[in-house]
Amino acid sequence: MSDFFSTFLDELPQIRAGLWVTIEATVLGSLLALLLSFVLGLAAGSKLLPVRGVSRIVVEFFRGTSLYIQLFWLYYAMPQLTGYELTPLLCGVVAFGLNYGAYGSEIVRGAINSVPRAQYEAAVALNMSPSHRMRKVILPQAWVQMIPSFTNLLIQLLKCTPLLWLISAADLMTVIQQIRDRTGETVGAYLTLLAVYFVLAYALTLLMNLLERSAKRRLGLHTGAGSLLRTRSAESATTAGGTR
Amino acid sequence: MNAFDWDAVGEALPLLLEGFRVTLLATVLGTLVAAVLGLLIAMAGRAPSRLVTLPVKAVMEFIRSTPLLVQLVGAAALFTSVEPLTVGIAVLGVHYATYTSEVYRAGIDGVPKGQWEACRALSLTPRRTWQAVILPQAVRNVLPALGNYAISMFKETPFLAVITVQEMVFEARKYGADHFAYTEAFTLAGLVFLVASYPTSLLMRKLEKRLGH
Repeated sequence: MSDFFSTFLDELPQIRAGLWVTIEATVLGSLLALLLSFVLGLAAGSKLLPVRGVSRIVVEFFRGTSLYIQLFWLYYAMPQLTGYELTPLLCGVVAFGLNYGAYGSEIVRGAINSVPRAQYEAAVALNMSPSHRMRKVILPQAWVQMIPSFTNLLIQLLKCTPLLWLISAADLMTVIQQIRDRTGETVGAYLTLLAVYFVLAYALTLLMNLLERSAKRRLGLHTGAGSLLRTRSAESATTAGGTR
Repeated sequence: MNAFDWDAVGEALPLLLEGFRVTLLATVLGTLVAAVLGLLIAMAGRAPSRLVTLPVKAVMEFIRSTPLLVQLVGAAALFTSVEPLTVGIAVLGVHYATYTSEVYRAGIDGVPKGQWEACRALSLTPRRTWQAVILPQAVRNVLPALGNYAISMFKETPFLAVITVQEMVFEARKYGADHFAYTEAFTLAGLVFLVASYPTSLLMRKLEKRLGH
């Protein structure tokens, strides 16, 4: 065990670089996923059938074909088909973004639907334009409801980043695997890796709880500081039926 | 560059379907492990002593917050003498049990309090209470949610390729590398997933509606 940790300390700069790649993939991937969630989620609530249909097809396509295949497809198949190659990190960001964006769109759609009907009617009665209504009345209320589900989705996205190792991006898992291969310290290496991921997941949960608290405050709902330490619900945001 | 090669599709399909059998086997057995273990964890979580519930909660939170891939690779490296497929099914099952236990918890909480009281009034043993009264009501409510986790697990089985289980994605990568036909192999594998998972999720949705969720 001590052998592993002395190597670990020697390799600290490399580990930091790997951690950075992991964080980069998580943050960029979730930004893309967030953007797509809103685009697809809002399109799913459109009055126009073609817009709704396209959103539905895109969502079902990316949810139905496993993330791993999408990632491998981008990495292996796309260069063969188009001659255009993405860097491994970019492959990861695009695949995570598309896949989780599809799941996230259901969260957006569900949250918007759950805003009481009377709020729409009041906004119409006040003669608000549709975009004004969405921005000032519907979304601020829906957003509060979306955050817990988005937290789950974000953690799941984080948990997918070790896949980058398979397409040879120099992420945290790659670096720690290398140290393990050199020292033969299997238990130490994987426990460290799991611990780092746990800390990252917990940090993200805290941040999202902070975000939820501030979003609630803007609606005049104040919550105590204790709510920040709350852990996530285990309810999967990506259950395949996705009826919510 | 080179166009889509339809001959490769015909050649790869039987291989992929061979791998698909392993994918299905892993999903079914993994779901069984998750369904049974999840119930046990949920029941342990209702133990009267915090000495039991707190460690259970902590371990579950840890497993749930860390990547399945790391758990798989780690377990495979530790248990080198065990068949990779067995390790894979066990890890998948344990990982998903941390989710299904929460589903069971909600299902058990959903059983009206009067049912517990009635059992006590009839002085049923704890065992009889669970077996004859609580579980039949709870399990019926959680079936759709368990089905959804089975579908999620199905889509995560490609992880098993990493620990050399020869499931579909493993076969797709192999075929792609041997014939330099990644496009055909992965496109096909993706379509097989789509064809298998979409009708299943539609079915689950219908079941959920029928059970009144």
